[in-house]
Amino acid sequence: MRGPAFNAIPRLVVCAALLALPWLVTSDYYVNIASQIVIAAILALSLNLLIGFGGMISLGHAAYLGVAAYLTIYLTAHAGFGHLAGALIAIGATTVLAMLFGYLALRASGLGFLMITLALGQILWGVAYRWASLTGGDNGLGGLKRPHPFGLDLSNPAIFYYFVLFFLVIAIWCIARFIQSGLGQSLQGTRDQPRRMRALGYNVWLIQWLSFVFAGFWGAVAGLLYAYYHQFVSPQALHLTTSAETLLMVIAGGTGTLLGPVVGAALVVILKNVVSAYITRWLILLGVIFVAIVLFMPEGLVPGITRGLRTLKRRTRPDETADASSIAGDRIR
Amino acid sequence: MNFWIIQGLNGLAFGSLLFILASGFSLIFGLMRIVNLSHGAYFMLGAYVGLSAMEAGVNFWIAILIGGGAICILGGVLERFILRRLTGQPLAQVLVTLGIAFIIADTCVWIWTGDPRPVPMPSELTGAFRISHLAFPIYRLFVIGVAFALAAALWFLLERSRLGAMIRAGVDDLPMARAMGIRTSLLFSVVFCLGSALAGAGGVLAGPILSVYPGLDTDMLPLALVVVILGGVGSLLGAFVGSLIIGFIYSYGQALFPDLAYVILFLPMVLVLTLRPTGLFGRQAI
Repeated sequence: MRGPAFNAIPRLVVCAALLALPWLVTSDYYVNIASQIVIAAILALSLNLLIGFGGMISLGHAAYLGVAAYLTIYLTAHAGFGHLAGALIAIGATTVLAMLFGYLALRASGLGFLMITLALGQILWGVAYRWASLTGGDNGLGGLKRPHPFGLDLSNPAIFYYFVLFFLVIAIWCIARFIQSGLGQSLQGTRDQPRRMRALGYNVWLIQWLSFVFAGFWGAVAGLLYAYYHQFVSPQALHLTTSAETLLMVIAGGTGTLLGPVVGAALVVILKNVVSAYITRWLILLGVIFVAIVLFMPEGLVPGITRGLRTLKRRTRPDETADASSIAGDRIR
Repeated sequence: MNFWIIQGLNGLAFGSLLFILASGFSLIFGLMRIVNLSHGAYFMLGAYVGLSAMEAGVNFWIAILIGGGAICILGGVLERFILRRLTGQPLAQVLVTLGIAFIIADTCVWIWTGDPRPVPMPSELTGAFRISHLAFPIYRLFVIGVAFALAAALWFLLERSRLGAMIRAGVDDLPMARAMGIRTSLLFSVVFCLGSALAGAGGVLAGPILSVYPGLDTDMLPLALVVVILGGVGSLLGAFVGSLIIGFIYSYGQALFPDLAYVILFLPMVLVLTLRPTGLFGRQAI
């Protein structure tokens, strides 16, 4: 894990706050928003694996969210599968899709990779939108009941929140382990020095492909939870705007940090909910934020603000030698 | 038999519209390495601007000029004042164009509401062209003619003119072209304005066939991307052939398997990326 190290006390406070959240906020509305944040965070974490640690900017990450959600609902609510079987098949099939998409997208790198992921994602959106006999078209697919695993009543917002939080913890743990593993380390090597890694005998393509599939798997998990949360899915889940929102979460939280995407997810989901309560022009705001971030805070909102604060601090205390460039290292550029 | 001819002509007409959009996109990408994700939004905005011009009483041909001109200016301004500040940072440029695409798309909903709007056809080109028992709308034939004329004009511009020689030099080796004294910054502006103008004018031209609706941008943009992936980066011939391939696939697909028309679009991508990742006519990998 890179970036400023969290020390133990704030970490414990954050954990306690997350656990106590359903008691702290009494309204189901806010508990549900917390669940949305947690689900978005899992998706953003998986995308950050590609962007922050692999240097692969994907604009089609909604594909895994959407396909897993469609499959979950179709299999469980319309094709008569049980909850467990439906969930496992949905995640398995989505991971297979990630294998195929990874194979195609990794025929190129950089901008080509971005174009291919965007095109593949939008074609999937078109499939969901137009193949109405299977997907319900614009009306989407619904009718899913939340499961009752181990006697837990997931229709209760608080219990559902703990359910998704459990998955988030597992996701963070797995992704942290992945980053520290040899594969994760070599992935970061291919991000920084692909040619040198190739010359050292690493199979760059395979490393990137495996990471892509791993990210697709966690995207599928987020899709499963998304399906349980909304009990409904529409082509919007597959749309470019969903991919872009996820990308914004990653950039906002700071790419290449483990927990940045979680913060980014919280920011974006809260902003979207707050803004939508007042105006209907969320998309314009999303666009403006994109332009503003790139122009003014290319290293991400959280690192950007941290840097700003440090600069302020250094101005007031000129003897401090903290180097802001160490956090500005993970630029999106 | 009639079915195949009519759908073939429809595919040709749709491919023609795609070519008008994708040629500009491909030129911009080939020369400037900018993946202009607002290109679909330019297309849609051009159509809306042209529509409003027509509703204000202007005739169709002037409306095409107004639509193309407005987007040309918009593209020029964005290139000069935003994209140029990010020279050498391709990913930052992509994200900016994505943000601009969202802003344009939502502004269009704001101004022109969310309802699909039909765009009137020029009165000279209404009606159908008949050979024995075959009938085909004259306007679509006209669009096909425009695309072929545009392809010829662009070919002439790129292969036979001094400006084209400079653009080709820039596509092949930008630092060297700059070292030889070619004013690449001017070249960038010209190419970006040209591509934007084509997208805007193409939107107006597409109006009578596709009509204009929110979401037209994200319908067209991925198709333009697929065309470039198929045809190869910065290759005019590639954009032309790629557009026609996608036009045919889309048209026959929608007629034969309406549910699966989009699934079929995966096929050419899978084939080309597997067998020839540089695209059919590209010299460098995308």
